[in-house]
Amino acid sequence: MSIRELTNTEAMAEALKEEMTKDPSVFIIGEDLVAHGGIFGQFVGLPQAFPGRVIDTPISETAIVGAGLGAALTGMRPFVDLHFADFTTCAMDEIANQVAKIRYMFGGQVRIPLVIWAPDGAGLSAAAHHSQSLEAWFIHTPGLKVVSPCNPSDVKGLIKTSLRDDDPILFFMHKKIFSRKGPVPEEEYFVPLGKADIKRNGTDVTVITYSIMVLHALEAAEQLEKEGISVEVLDLRTLWPMDWEMIAQSVSKNHRVVVAHEACLTGGFGAEVAARIQEELFDELDAPILRVGAFRVPIPFSPPMERFVIPGRDSVIKAIYKILGKEAN
Amino acid sequence: MAMRVDQILCLKMYEQMLTIRLFEEKAIELFEHNLIRGNIHPCIGQEAVSVGICSALRQEDYMVNTHRGHGNCIAKGAQLKRMMAELLGKSTGYCKGKGGSMHIADFEGGNLGANGIVGGGLPIAVGAGISIQNRGTDQVAACFFGDGATNQGTFHESLNLAAIWKLPVIFVCENNQYALSTPIREAISISRISDRAAAYGISGMSLDGNDVIEVYTKTKEAVERARAGNGPALLDCITYRFFGHFTGDPGRGITYRSKEEMDHWLDRCPIKNFKERLLQEKILTEEIEKRIRDKIKTALEEAVQFAIESPSPSPEEAAQDVFY
Repeated sequence: MSIRELTNTEAMAEALKEEMTKDPSVFIIGEDLVAHGGIFGQFVGLPQAFPGRVIDTPISETAIVGAGLGAALTGMRPFVDLHFADFTTCAMDEIANQVAKIRYMFGGQVRIPLVIWAPDGAGLSAAAHHSQSLEAWFIHTPGLKVVSPCNPSDVKGLIKTSLRDDDPILFFMHKKIFSRKGPVPEEEYFVPLGKADIKRNGTDVTVITYSIMVLHALEAAEQLEKEGISVEVLDLRTLWPMDWEMIAQSVSKNHRVVVAHEACLTGGFGAEVAARIQEELFDELDAPILRVGAFRVPIPFSPPMERFVIPGRDSVIKAIYKILGKEAN
Repeated sequence: MAMRVDQILCLKMYEQMLTIRLFEEKAIELFEHNLIRGNIHPCIGQEAVSVGICSALRQEDYMVNTHRGHGNCIAKGAQLKRMMAELLGKSTGYCKGKGGSMHIADFEGGNLGANGIVGGGLPIAVGAGISIQNRGTDQVAACFFGDGATNQGTFHESLNLAAIWKLPVIFVCENNQYALSTPIREAISISRISDRAAAYGISGMSLDGNDVIEVYTKTKEAVERARAGNGPALLDCITYRFFGHFTGDPGRGITYRSKEEMDHWLDRCPIKNFKERLLQEKILTEEIEKRIRDKIKTALEEAVQFAIESPSPSPEEAAQDVFY
């Protein structure tokens, strides 16, 4: 398999291009897609390659998501761009009451092949309305699948799989990873939904994480290796369906678990993961599960405050020290 | 006054309106006998809108519905048996008992489903319009909503999107003049909902929603324009619901509507008046009317029997039809 380096946005555009070429029912709809190629350049080249299939809309998030649903109900496979995960709030009825429930409420008469894609996450001084990580809301909503990969090869493989899936998917990508490069196979491939990935093997502690926190956890693991601590980094990639099998394997091997995400700690997905582990694998645990997440405050603008409230490499290191009963240096 | 539409269609429309009326009366009876749980939002009094609109559609055209949607389902061709079974929460219902009265869909008949959120259907109809345009067919999507929905954001966003892309969507306001208990005259500062069409640069008109012929002929024109690629229309069909907002509304809404007002509209019953007109025009005789009525009653008896005899879903079916 030959490999080249792509950024996350390039990987995303490539996935969309391949799927739009194969399937005429795939189209992209959202704000500022054509002239800009998307505000992060994630659609560059696509409006020219597929005239009429990359649709610029007025600022109408409610109607954009609802229209994506209507198109999905009538034979299309829409890819809805929501600009920022924060803007899901404007379309919350469409996502939580309509998209999530229609297949079920109508007795399975219809499937909803719809991807709602949105950049999330903090760290760019974008303040409280452009920095949130809201995945827990959607994991909490029956009927939705939730995806949040961290590197270009997973982004490409999961975009392709999501576009072929018949259920609605919330697809989050952290803004800070867009321009990061990583190896991507030349050949066509898919990453299955609901399949986690061990990004680094380790034997002392497992960090269960996703999105940008995978990168922070990997940095933490590298740092701690120098001190003789072996950290396993388990990247969930898909949050729901959750890869329980891989979680159970890693927990049963290392017996110490840290769950880390950038989203607010309180009521975050980490609480669900931790609760499930203690319910089903309590005897495997040598220490209480520790969680890493943001403070329960709106994301502040000024960099020192923003850095303070969101977790990073050092928050993961601190949790690992604690779970191993070590003092921080 | 000569009929502007052919006699066979007139009789068909009369039969459909009467079917809706008798279906709803039967459903209310079953509700009162505790065979239907939850609640029903009857559309009795509004039958001319359902039938006038849907008679101008083809089977492959789409219809997006509201919580007060039995009439629109029937007019779009739904089977009484499967509707009644859904109302009774049975496995043989359109939604296998998962939706109930407020959420009947029939995708084979182009019925994209009824919504429990006021204004929730409008963006879905826009999406169906995008899909039609993308696939290059000459279908249209008819989107029903009430006067209350015209003050939701979805109404404005959806009309605007449909307008700028010239989507084949017919926006149908079933203007029964009350959003639950709030009269439309207190909820908007203009005299006619159809005036709002001008703001989006689309065609809009207010109609006598109790006159099935008027609703049908105006819808047909709007549908033809939409099929030809000339974009959406807003039809404000002024009508009245004879019952309250739902079966639990005391005195059929007497707490917020005067008896005089209700009597005035009862006198304008769309079925009674259409029948008189058909009798006058000699399109209908009392004998034919009785035959139609008996036929509907038999079909309804069969539907009720089917629903009652159908199995209830097993509790475990609650975990089906969703990614768990």
